[in-house]
Amino acid sequence: MMALHERAMVTPQSRPSLPRHVRIQFDPVRQAFAVLSPESVFWPNEISLDILRRCDGHSTVSRIIADLADEYEAEEEDVAADVAAFLQEWSDRLLVKL
Amino acid sequence: MIEPLLPPIGMLAELTHRCPLQCPYCSNPTELLKANRELNTETWLYLFRQAADLGVLQIHLSGGEPTLRRDLEQLIAGLSARGVYTNLITAGVGIAEGRIEAFAEAGLDHLQLSFQGARPATTDRIGNSRGSHEKKLETARRARAAGLPLTINAPIHRHNIEEVPEFIELALLLDAERLEIANVQYGGWALINRDALMPDRAAVERQAAIVEGAREQLRGILNIDFVPPDYFAIYPKPCMGGWARDAFMVTPDGTVLPCHAAQTIPWLEFERFGDRTLAEIWTDSPAFNAYRGTDWMQEPCRSCDRREIDWGGCRCQAMAIADDAAATDPACVKSPIHARMARIIDDARIAAEGMKDREGFVYRRIGGAPTAVPPDRVKPALTV
Repeated sequence: MMALHERAMVTPQSRPSLPRHVRIQFDPVRQAFAVLSPESVFWPNEISLDILRRCDGHSTVSRIIADLADEYEAEEEDVAADVAAFLQEWSDRLLVKL
Repeated sequence: MIEPLLPPIGMLAELTHRCPLQCPYCSNPTELLKANRELNTETWLYLFRQAADLGVLQIHLSGGEPTLRRDLEQLIAGLSARGVYTNLITAGVGIAEGRIEAFAEAGLDHLQLSFQGARPATTDRIGNSRGSHEKKLETARRARAAGLPLTINAPIHRHNIEEVPEFIELALLLDAERLEIANVQYGGWALINRDALMPDRAAVERQAAIVEGAREQLRGILNIDFVPPDYFAIYPKPCMGGWARDAFMVTPDGTVLPCHAAQTIPWLEFERFGDRTLAEIWTDSPAFNAYRGTDWMQEPCRSCDRREIDWGGCRCQAMAIADDAAATDPACVKSPIHARMARIIDDARIAAEGMKDREGFVYRRIGGAPTAVPPDRVKPALTV
């Protein structure tokens, strides 16, 4: 099959961003943040939201990991695998651009 | 157990029943509304504001062909101003120069483009519109050039099921993010054309394997959503995610429905926007409450451990095949008349052998439906 793109893989140097068709929005009716995408609405938990909000196209994955480790007072190596797995999964579903 | 009533998340707005194509599987009702029955711009905008207030986060702008509404840019802008996610569902034929760009500028979030075939001849024949395939390709290119993310929607049936690999190639070629391989649901016009559209069992199995393989191979490149065909299923789909549970739809004249085919359930009365507010209809409409939750269920649904997964399946399919809208969807293996599905597949195969492709279709157009659907289609014999 001829694809125009290849599957993107998370690296510490990736600078993730949200693609145009995905956005995070506060829903005043449900008092919660929603992630809106073409066919689905997601309700991310606090940690997922903290990762997604840092997907600004500038911060690298290692920067995001360091930030989160700081914020959650955890070791970077404990955070790293979870963040990478999360971003890979969201990238595979085309909800995050790497 | 009554669960608390939650606000709706999604809404399908059928802005018009007018359409340049005549697909024989159209989900619109067989009684199509003419343009003079359509809500005006102001009323749609008012309805959209109420929807947003009610908690709707996503609106699918559909039809008919929604781009035939000259005020579509205005409607998109109104939704966008309220932060509602907008998805335009279009056949992509005859969209005037500059309009796709105007939709994008008005804040359109996503465009879903249907292809009746992966090959030009198939598209043109199924939609009964010469040159439509070429126009769709052009629409896809213009949408991508305007920066709009794209889903290709492929409604699948006997006449294009072998084109599934080509649909995948087409979606990749057009730089789509999503491909829907959506087997036709036999309501609306598709129910009239069921014999002509029903695929063979072997083709359905080949298709499932192809989609599964492509999904694996194209992970992170193309999302393939697969809507399997009900008649070949073991468990039913949770139609609309459950009746009046988190989505609803509005017809061109403002009638508010729990799903496309709800009007085929003869004893339900539906309300129109304007007579009541959307919030009142969502909360209080007897038609919305008729099959909401699980209280209405009969056996085997009532005691089934899947009752809050499937929500009983599709009420309209239960109506069409079991002649009882409160019955278990016959697509479910636990339905006492599940075997009828296999018989319908066999009957369709035999009937289709006697048809040439084109003569088998009743094309969708205003006044095009037979005055009465043959009774055996709607109310099959009571024995299996």
